Amino acid sequence: MKFSLSWLKAHLETEATVEQIAGKLNAIGLEVEGIEDPAEKLRGFRVARILTADRHPNADKLQVLSVDTGEGAPLQVVCGAPNARAGLVGVLGLPGAVVPANGMVLKVAAVRSVESNGMMCSMRELELGEGHDGIIELPEDAPVGTAFAEYHGADPVFDISVTPNRPDCMGVYGIARDLAAAGLGFLKPIAAPGIAGSYACPVEIRTEDTDGCPAFYGRTIKGVKNGPSPEWLQAALKAADQRPISALVDITNYVMLTYGRPAHAYDLAKLSGAVVARRAVAGEQCLALNGKTYDLNESMTVIADAAGVHDIAGIMGGEHSGCSDDTADVLLEIAYFTPERIAATGRALNLTSDARARFERGVDPAFLDTGLDLLTGLILEICGGEASEVVRAGAAPATPKTVAFDPALVTKLGGVEIAGDEQKRILAALGFTVGDDWAVTVPGWRPDVDGAADIVEEVVRIHGLDGIESVPLPREDGVAKPTATPVQKLERRLRRSAAARGLNEAITWSFLPEGEAEHFAEGVLWRLANPISEDLKVMRPSLIPGLLSAAKRNLARGGSSLRLFEIGRRYLRDANGKGAERLTLAVVLAGDKTPRGWATGKAQAFDAFDAKAEALALLAEAGAPVDNLQIMGEAGAQFHPGQSATLRLGPKNVLARFGMLHPTTAKAFDLDGPVAVAEIFLDAIPGKKGASGFARVNYAPPALQAVKRDFAFLVKADLAAGDLLRAVKGADKANIIAARVFDDFRGQGVPEGQKSLAIEVTLQPAEKSYNDADLKAIADKVTAAAAKQGAVLRG
Amino acid sequence: MDYESLGAQALDSIAKAQDLDALEALRVAFLGKQGSISGLLKTLGGMSPEERQTTGPKIHALREGVTNALADKKAALEAAALEAKLAAETVDLTLPAPESARGSVHPVSQVMDELAEIFADLGFAVATGPEIEDDWHNFTALNMPESHPARAMHDTFYIDKTASGYETEQDMVLRTHTSPVQIRAMLAAGGDKPLRIIAPGRVYRSDSDATHTPMFHQVEGLVIGKDITLAHLKWTLETMLKAFFERDDIVLRLRPSYFPFTEPSVEVDTGYSYVDGRRVVGGSGDAPGHAWMELLGSGMVNRHVLSAGGYDPDQWQGFAFGVGVDRLAMLKYGMNDLRAFFDGDARWLGHYGFSGLDVPTLSGGVGVQA
Repeated sequence: MKFSLSWLKAHLETEATVEQIAGKLNAIGLEVEGIEDPAEKLRGFRVARILTADRHPNADKLQVLSVDTGEGAPLQVVCGAPNARAGLVGVLGLPGAVVPANGMVLKVAAVRSVESNGMMCSMRELELGEGHDGIIELPEDAPVGTAFAEYHGADPVFDISVTPNRPDCMGVYGIARDLAAAGLGFLKPIAAPGIAGSYACPVEIRTEDTDGCPAFYGRTIKGVKNGPSPEWLQAALKAADQRPISALVDITNYVMLTYGRPAHAYDLAKLSGAVVARRAVAGEQCLALNGKTYDLNESMTVIADAAGVHDIAGIMGGEHSGCSDDTADVLLEIAYFTPERIAATGRALNLTSDARARFERGVDPAFLDTGLDLLTGLILEICGGEASEVVRAGAAPATPKTVAFDPALVTKLGGVEIAGDEQKRILAALGFTVGDDWAVTVPGWRPDVDGAADIVEEVVRIHGLDGIESVPLPREDGVAKPTATPVQKLERRLRRSAAARGLNEAITWSFLPEGEAEHFAEGVLWRLANPISEDLKVMRPSLIPGLLSAAKRNLARGGSSLRLFEIGRRYLRDANGKGAERLTLAVVLAGDKTPRGWATGKAQAFDAFDAKAEALALLAEAGAPVDNLQIMGEAGAQFHPGQSATLRLGPKNVLARFGMLHPTTAKAFDLDGPVAVAEIFLDAIPGKKGASGFARVNYAPPALQAVKRDFAFLVKADLAAGDLLRAVKGADKANIIAARVFDDFRGQGVPEGQKSLAIEVTLQPAEKSYNDADLKAIADKVTAAAAKQGAVLRG
Repeated sequence: MDYESLGAQALDSIAKAQDLDALEALRVAFLGKQGSISGLLKTLGGMSPEERQTTGPKIHALREGVTNALADKKAALEAAALEAKLAAETVDLTLPAPESARGSVHPVSQVMDELAEIFADLGFAVATGPEIEDDWHNFTALNMPESHPARAMHDTFYIDKTASGYETEQDMVLRTHTSPVQIRAMLAAGGDKPLRIIAPGRVYRSDSDATHTPMFHQVEGLVIGKDITLAHLKWTLETMLKAFFERDDIVLRLRPSYFPFTEPSVEVDTGYSYVDGRRVVGGSGDAPGHAWMELLGSGMVNRHVLSAGGYDPDQWQGFAFGVGVDRLAMLKYGMNDLRAFFDGDARWLGHYGFSGLDVPTLSGGVGVQA
């Protein structure tokens, strides 16, 4: 909302400076977004009289002026304007002044060898109008030597942001009321002319949609003369960023911007029959004043006559019956439209307007007659004509709200002491009526106030929030108790473990391009109805695509080794189709694992075992029983079919998947070279069972030394080493505490289609050391267990 | 030959031995079974006692002298050999050692942990809620019924329910703020006990320019009690910011504002100044060289919101606030481009990220010095 200082002062009697006003506006919740002070722009320009004008010795079209600036000796100024002449009072820009139109800094300079000490200016150069035929001509009695800004009445413009709860401050008068209440001056009463009208309104007015338009008042004015509005009105509108159109239109806008009260003026000649507020009929259209045609339906309120729709009620007038320079008779409409209807229609048509903004926030239902009167008065004053009597169809919802208030609430909620009398003063100044029992009646222009807390806000807001002290929250005795949930602790622990393992945490968008999301889809995807771009359209079903895109960007920037991870949600569905946001950790390893080195030779790429290492290490940190996990296939089509797997606890519960990216997937993300990936599903990891306290299970290191024995087996080439290992480990649980594959050999000495797996088994004697017979017995068990997997001990 | 010259000769040849092999050969030659000194010792048996008394000590002295010389020489040769071996093993330690990758924690995560730590001390638990939220939790329950003009301020992302196969009566949105967690936390608490929570997380607005990203992070705070006032809100925010920025000169300015879910609503500004071209929080915004910046929105919880959360608004009251985490991170750690937060540039992550061991603690100060 923009308005000029003079506009404000038309309603607020105040001596306050621009700074004081701005400070107060901020303090009472009308945030100042900017102040434009034209005086700033016009600094260095002053009213000056041309004393003499002589021909320039070296140029036909230039004159050499002697200019009286009101002080000191006259200045010599070179000027090319055809209207420059002795006796003319105009505007001189002195050296150092900046020409508003082009930013040029004026200085003393020679123009064709004649010194010039400034510039006589045109309207356009000062951005005051389009006039550029010559220099500005001021009245002869204009005070020479006065700063032009002062003479011209440079009017600072405030730009404030009005919160949606304050439709009353979408008019200058409401702002003035707030400032007056806050002690910045006195609010002038509204001066309504009280025009009764001299003839009956010739137009029938009805409302057939009392839901959407409970009240529709109107009157005609005959014999108006439309045309450009007066300078003061144009200036006011321009200050508010409104384009002056014609007097009739400008006046309705002026009333709207002054009192927050939209109205509409129809060209009576374009109307036929009764003018009715009704629901639109499906199929009806309206060509609005913005030049666009809108398709209407029965959910929308319109103003129509016998011929058709003339106005999208409360939002925008129609082109057909709008006022033009030829308009001679007008019908004024001032109506109360219900906020919900206006909001719904505006949303459905995707049409915003100043009128909609006010109606949907709620205009004062008690202001119909006064608004119409003010409007009539201005039209008669500016356009002439003769007003009819007012016709009133329907009635505005005029039930003033009353709130039972207790002045102690200001302290109870606001934490600040404000005397009852001061509370009363503030409320009265804002237009509230306070009864003896503190029943507070809310003025019609404050639809936002409907409870005691709102009244507290009004009092505290106008009183000022500076007075609020800091009061500590009561705290519980002793050291603060832990507050994090197990999931939060898990997330933090994994994040920091991953970082400690050399991975960089990234945060990528929750939304993906459709193609990428589909590539990783698990069931139905969540799609946005109004994405900001096609690249940010579908909620991610996996964290991998975002990290792959990040990897791609990094590689394109010359990154050679990338270890990225992210912890975040995947947006999926549960078994019932409800939203399920699953906390997930993903790792992407791309580029070189190790660069070429003097000791290590060629650069080494990441492989599936790097992904496995990350998955297992992080799962171990998460407290997952990593020794019991099964490694199974089916990581997904996005993965290399022979170099990927899932890690499961039991056949169903997938804790993680890892492996190399499928070359097709890598290609879809423009990634060259192998990419290793791991994804850990944090919500699948079983939590610790029960609260067992801090004490751990008893443990004493064994007295006897563990013994290591190696076994080499010949097995079928496609036997999973893990299967053999599990068999070996389980062969003698009393003695075998660990087993580890340390060799996988194929080639010389190993039959075709087979491989040799070497396993180191660690044995822990309990009471006494093993003798040869003990060791043989264990070895036999190992061999027998391995044999069940088809393994033959190598000789 | 007399024993002395024999000894001198032996010692001389030992001294001249070039290596351990030569020394061993000498040992055998002198002291081996067939060795010359061993031979002399054997002659003692055939001597008369008198002769033995005079000759014996000489032969023993000879043997002892040679034995010692052999040992000394052996030690010297071994030391020299070790020295030579070590010299041969010299490596160029200016060559690079194997590198290990340096990981990092994202600044947003770090700052969320910092805030959680600070608020934990004030008794706030961390609450969460879904990001794909229903209209009721995101708007209606927060006193923004349908057609409420404040909804337009939210630039909401809507779920395409048909394309998402999710036909419900309610609109589904990407939560536009963390405030719906207020409702969820209140409902979970049951409406009959005081509540202190923070709710950090991702939020979404359909907005993208130099200072806005369609996804960003907020922390919501909610305190419900019987006598919680704006004065407690002011203290809580001051305390939080003092701990977060580790400065005692944090000055807040409260300005009236409007949020549908609070009444009264308060915008909170903090004083700052420019130091070396960067905004540094601290001091009053009215002090010379200082200004105010908007930091967060807050207020007393609206009675409709309390009701929606299952709290009797005639019995309970409280305050709520919401603050941008990304913005706090930028102010504290000096980043200037929000968009870089979500680009995943490893160079940026390495520069602005934190070590995994930078766990925020109150005893160590929650921040990490540059």
